[in-house]
Amino acid sequence: MAEFRGDVSIVLGGAAGQGIQTVEEILTHALKRSGYHVYANKGYMSRVRGGINTTEIRVSSKPVRAFVKRIDILVPFKQGVLSWVENRLSETTVVLGERENVEETFLDKVNLVEVPLTKMALETGSQLYLNTTAAGLIVGLFHGDFEAVEEHIRKRFESKGENVVKKNIEAAKKGYDLGVKLCEEGTIAVDVQRDEKAAGDVLLTGTEAVGIGALAGGMNFLSFYPMSPSTGVSTFAAQKAEEFEIVVEQVEDEISAINMALGAWYAGARAMVSTSGGGFALMSEALSLAGMAENPVVIHLAQRPGPATGLPTRTMQGDLNLVLYAGHGDFPRIILTPGSLEEAFYLTAEAFNLADRYQVPVIILTDQYFVDTYYNLPAPDVSKVMFERHIVEAKPGYRRYELTEDGISPRAIPGYGEEVVIANGNEHDEWGDITEDAELTIKMQEKRAVKKLETIKRNAPLPKLIGKENAEYLVVSWGSTFHVVEEALEKLGSEKVAHLHFSWVYPLNPETKKFFEGRKVIVVENNVTGQFADLLWKELGVKADHRVLKYDGRPFSVEEVLDALKGVVE
Amino acid sequence: MNVQLSTGGELFEPRRPGSKDIAWCPGCGNFGIRNILISALAELGLKPSEVAIISGIGQAAKMPHYINANGYHTLHGRAIPIATGVKASNPELTVIAEGGDGDMYAEGGNHLLHAIRRNPDITVLIHDNQVYGLTKGQASPTTMKGMKTPTQPWGVFEEPFNPVALAVALDASFVARTFMGYFKESVEVIKQAIRHRGLAIVDILHPCVSFNKVNTYAWYREHTYWMDDHDPHDREAAFRRALESDPLPLGVFYINEKPSFEEEVPAYRWDKTPLWQREPKLNLVERFFETKS
Repeated sequence: MAEFRGDVSIVLGGAAGQGIQTVEEILTHALKRSGYHVYANKGYMSRVRGGINTTEIRVSSKPVRAFVKRIDILVPFKQGVLSWVENRLSETTVVLGERENVEETFLDKVNLVEVPLTKMALETGSQLYLNTTAAGLIVGLFHGDFEAVEEHIRKRFESKGENVVKKNIEAAKKGYDLGVKLCEEGTIAVDVQRDEKAAGDVLLTGTEAVGIGALAGGMNFLSFYPMSPSTGVSTFAAQKAEEFEIVVEQVEDEISAINMALGAWYAGARAMVSTSGGGFALMSEALSLAGMAENPVVIHLAQRPGPATGLPTRTMQGDLNLVLYAGHGDFPRIILTPGSLEEAFYLTAEAFNLADRYQVPVIILTDQYFVDTYYNLPAPDVSKVMFERHIVEAKPGYRRYELTEDGISPRAIPGYGEEVVIANGNEHDEWGDITEDAELTIKMQEKRAVKKLETIKRNAPLPKLIGKENAEYLVVSWGSTFHVVEEALEKLGSEKVAHLHFSWVYPLNPETKKFFEGRKVIVVENNVTGQFADLLWKELGVKADHRVLKYDGRPFSVEEVLDALKGVVE
Repeated sequence: MNVQLSTGGELFEPRRPGSKDIAWCPGCGNFGIRNILISALAELGLKPSEVAIISGIGQAAKMPHYINANGYHTLHGRAIPIATGVKASNPELTVIAEGGDGDMYAEGGNHLLHAIRRNPDITVLIHDNQVYGLTKGQASPTTMKGMKTPTQPWGVFEEPFNPVALAVALDASFVARTFMGYFKESVEVIKQAIRHRGLAIVDILHPCVSFNKVNTYAWYREHTYWMDDHDPHDREAAFRRALESDPLPLGVFYINEKPSFEEEVPAYRWDKTPLWQREPKLNLVERFFETKS
């Protein structure tokens, strides 16, 4: 008998277009509503049909927020899935599904629990019901609340008519009953405790956390060109555009997208663009204009592995150097790298205040893994979102680029006040007109790249330390690796090791250095060279003693980080 | 700048220290275009704070420094998307995108095509002198075939770009051509373009006294004529006129009234407030979280 306690890792695998997303959606929502903690993440191929897409779902009695390599239950929807995930299978893995979806070579090696999903779907009326049958089956294994399954099906299929809803509920019920039966018969034993708190939580994706964060920050303009894995945020904004009464426009290219956003900010809007590495590369000329004209802008960049087209649907933290150094000339920028969905919400909202306050590009750097991950969390506290407005009235004599001590010139916008506002991408005088004066050039260069940068640095928040201040080892994470390092350290359970997470990677507050003094530093990064480790050296003179790197286009698993840390500290 | 401006034009004369040192060559057609633009704005009764001139890069794109209006001197080719963003964020502003033939037809060509489709309510003024000025005499997209330049010493063999035919072919909202040597007529065309609701394209012919020895003031007078019997609502007639090359027709070729970008986007369907005056809708954010539990 296969037995799973406390925390179950389920993987669904099938072809693009086969609808495993429907299965994932129904069962995660239903299990969460039933009071289980859930986590899900997808790995998919760059194609519309065929191939093998997988989804990992963790169901747990306590919050889980990271990817694990281990597969407890594998549900293959086509041949080839087992080969694709072979290195994640173990003796205890249960393959739940139909015999014809298991490759010949695996039949005598795996623990196959046959369930006639196709036959059950056909009994309900059509092959189309296979997905809801499978979703019901898994919820049944957990003895989840069937009403929650029903409720979600109703919501999802309601637009297709009452008969479709009814049939899908019937299909799910057949699956559910079989799941319960498998447990009662003792074929599979699942023992995961419910937690009432989870039932009241919200279930969010990284994409949604960024998107709703932007709206909370007052985003009222988004221009974009579609590019995986960033498109979800633009889609989210488009879906919300009528309700929030904002401008969302798909434009001809990324060059147009960011220039439109610059124009929008110049006129006082709060604009964002959402893109990925290749699109951002096209934006670098306008990024430089934003630097020179001191034109605020918010950019969401969801990373995928490069160079060039790379692996379009996979994940990597390989664009840190790109966003650090993009754009000709010297000018400051702010780079935010949320590690949790809560951070994605609050930081994306705050990005608009930062852009407005400092008049610089603010880049929210996520990645495919982050935007496609979801889990339950208590609803963020919207009252904690602060709205700052830094726009001033253009009074007679107003100078857009007035020289100030902190490098920040009060920003007026056209149409508010009698005076005109001149912005300029050429080197300029305080009024915004072109200059070639050497003295003035020095002052303006220093205003932007020294004074303003220092002001931002001084006010930059410090990274988050988890664990003892005087621990022997310090494990550094940034962005999407937060939770996987967090869980690996929990499992390691060593007092010798503390965790330092950066959600604000640039510019670094000089005080950040104190966290590293006397520590052995291990930097965990999802890229091939250790771009953040290099930044720590350049900015703070901190040397990474160990770099734990992964660059196969997949996210770190808890096991991988744990093994790597054990190798260093034990 | 010794041309008589229309009444009220002095409002648009800049008094900033950096607006005195003009980078245009003596005799440049840009001076005339500046006077035409100021006169058009004044005759329309606009105030400098109500107007935003978004320019690209080039001699033409220096306009925001020589005129008293809101201005943004941006990047080569990018004036149109930036102007689109300005107008969509504050539809109360009169927004002009301005640049030369290289700026708008070469570097920014793709933006022009898609702006025609998008139809923001902006006026695109193209200073078309059929040559590159600021980079010193290379061919532009509208340079006539056969003209020898430092970088086309064998003579230009590319077909010149026909912006008017292109715009009519794409069913643009407003398409006109003028020659800046005709002051009053040009003021009228530009006033009409600014008043037009939707994208208005005005190709403004003007000589480059330093680098274009072919298309001079005299050449433009000899090789152009005003269309006085043309119906701008007739697209086929507009297209026929657009294909005429010698003499070049001047005037409004085509008018196609249709909803503008700002009228289409969800931002202003129920609420006309410019975006800068709006606050985050946190109640809707709360509601979103309620739907996610």
